[in-house]
Amino acid sequence: MFAYVVRRVLATIPVMAVVALFVFSLLYIAPGDPAAVIAGDQATPEDVERIRQSLGLDRPYLVRFGAWVFDILRGDLGVSIFTNLPVVTMIKQRIEPTLSLMLVTLILAVSIAIPMGVVAAWKVGTWIDRSVMGFAVLGFSVPVFVVGYLLAYVFALELDWLPVQGYTSFSEGLWPWFENLILPAIALGSVYIALIARITRATMLEVLQQDYIRTARAKGAGQTSILFLHALKNAAVPIVTVIGIGIALLIGGAVVTESVFAIPGLGRLTVDAILRRDYPVIQGVVLLFSFVYVLVNLAIDLLYTLFDPRIRY
Amino acid sequence: MALLEVENLQTHFRAPDGINRAVDGVNFHVNAGETVAIVGESGCGKSVTAMSILRLIPEPPGKIAGSIRFNGRDLLKCSDREMRAIRGNEISMIFQEPMTSLNPVLTVGRQIGETLRLHQGMSAQQAEARAVEMLKLVGIPEPERRVREYPHQLSGGMRQRVMIAIALACNPKLLIADEPTTALDVTIQAQILDLMRDLKRTVGAAIVIITHDLGVVAEVAERVIVMYAGRKVEEASVEKLFRNPRHPYTQGLLGSMPKLGSSLTGEETRLQEIPGLVPSLKRKLEGCVFASRCSHTTDLCRKVAPALEEKADGHIAACHYAMKEAVAA
Repeated sequence: MFAYVVRRVLATIPVMAVVALFVFSLLYIAPGDPAAVIAGDQATPEDVERIRQSLGLDRPYLVRFGAWVFDILRGDLGVSIFTNLPVVTMIKQRIEPTLSLMLVTLILAVSIAIPMGVVAAWKVGTWIDRSVMGFAVLGFSVPVFVVGYLLAYVFALELDWLPVQGYTSFSEGLWPWFENLILPAIALGSVYIALIARITRATMLEVLQQDYIRTARAKGAGQTSILFLHALKNAAVPIVTVIGIGIALLIGGAVVTESVFAIPGLGRLTVDAILRRDYPVIQGVVLLFSFVYVLVNLAIDLLYTLFDPRIRY
Repeated sequence: MALLEVENLQTHFRAPDGINRAVDGVNFHVNAGETVAIVGESGCGKSVTAMSILRLIPEPPGKIAGSIRFNGRDLLKCSDREMRAIRGNEISMIFQEPMTSLNPVLTVGRQIGETLRLHQGMSAQQAEARAVEMLKLVGIPEPERRVREYPHQLSGGMRQRVMIAIALACNPKLLIADEPTTALDVTIQAQILDLMRDLKRTVGAAIVIITHDLGVVAEVAERVIVMYAGRKVEEASVEKLFRNPRHPYTQGLLGSMPKLGSSLTGEETRLQEIPGLVPSLKRKLEGCVFASRCSHTTDLCRKVAPALEEKADGHIAACHYAMKEAVAA
């Protein structure tokens, strides 16, 4: 087990290296010149050239990549072209809202989607099953920003139950923090809920056909115990896998959700950085997201052993 | 009063192209402590009969009618909660496939302990201690270690022993064994049958054993019920049935049994088979259910269904010609 974890952690190094190369190259190839953006409309070609030199943008590709990787390994993600602040500092300022949003979404989605999927599989073919599936299709097909604006309109503007937008730090209390995250989390989570509910239903349908479920019934086990102990534990591996893969949805969706609900998080930082062609910030954030994704999926692989004793590393 | 009295049991399944009459009007009883075998070929309704007793048939598409009295109580009139209190406690069941009938993600101890915690209100610790005793009882070596293992760490024979341990944990009055040895090696089959016989003596449970293996029947049963196409066609004590089968179907079943060493003694004969297939259970059958495959079929058989009649003392068969055709054709 320990050897496996070490091997897996080591295996993330080449993955991260490829991500780094990709992130670096993507911006190198992308159209638009940060020097020109900084210089503004009135600048002469000479001004632009001078700025480009001071940013080191005139050096060869591989030299720039090497220097960049070397800095990252020392924990230095560079300095923002726009604000002149270190990227690490900027990420630190923005990370709390994003992590909060993702965490609340994750918990909310899992605790809604899994019971939904389980009940749909239990009541397969009935109106309950059909409405869960209908909801899932809706969750998949309506974009995050539409759900977000609708929720904000109904629950914040019309009903005035929850704040329209903004973010309150966790340090100011649990409820103010949570209150601000409910609507964004539902908006961001709708696709995620749909995904988890569907996979839960499909896997549960298969598991409920198994002989050991009949054995559990023959023992006199109750419906709840059959569904949530005997069946769900057997269905856990595919469900947990999808939860892990779905983290990518959350990362992508967080960018849009933070814009809709004016949450000062990493998503907003990314959007702003892209609009300004603030290369070091974009690179830093994308690298961070990739790293989180790789780590989450490693954690999920290790979780498998908890649910299925037949899996051994 | 018998322990179990099944009267006019009808288990039908709704299918897209009609109603499948898997069990159609079966009567039988089981006395306390008795071993009764239900035999028949695949699709004759024997497993469905077993599952109907515990009401493990999914409804819908299934529908169980008639009456199943256990200790005088009609199980078909019990609520779900009452049924759960009976399952695994007063009536328990062993299934055919030990490989797939145990939950792969729960320890053996937990699965044995579950019934004890459900029905006897034991704590987790008490249940585990009792699970160790049960494993010892069913002859599993090193029970203290095995109790913490998962099904995939056990062999097929050991898994069936675990199933028996689960079934007997609460000292049931009736054990239903649905083809308990079919999926096992022959040597293991004998061990499991021995174990069931021993445990029956110690626990004192009545056993209904469902099988298509007449060897198993001869080994363990006292009374035999032969089923065909969802009906009972013959019932007798084991001795009577093997010595003097009345129904042509039973005669066919016995004739299709290989005799050990018959090829060595020079009387090499082809095994007799029963021609044809079990008729579709979707149509209401007219006349005798076995008419389409019987070598003695007459017009009477095709038109009139023979009633179950007592042909000799305690020997019941449903055949118009059973009296005359007492010896195997």
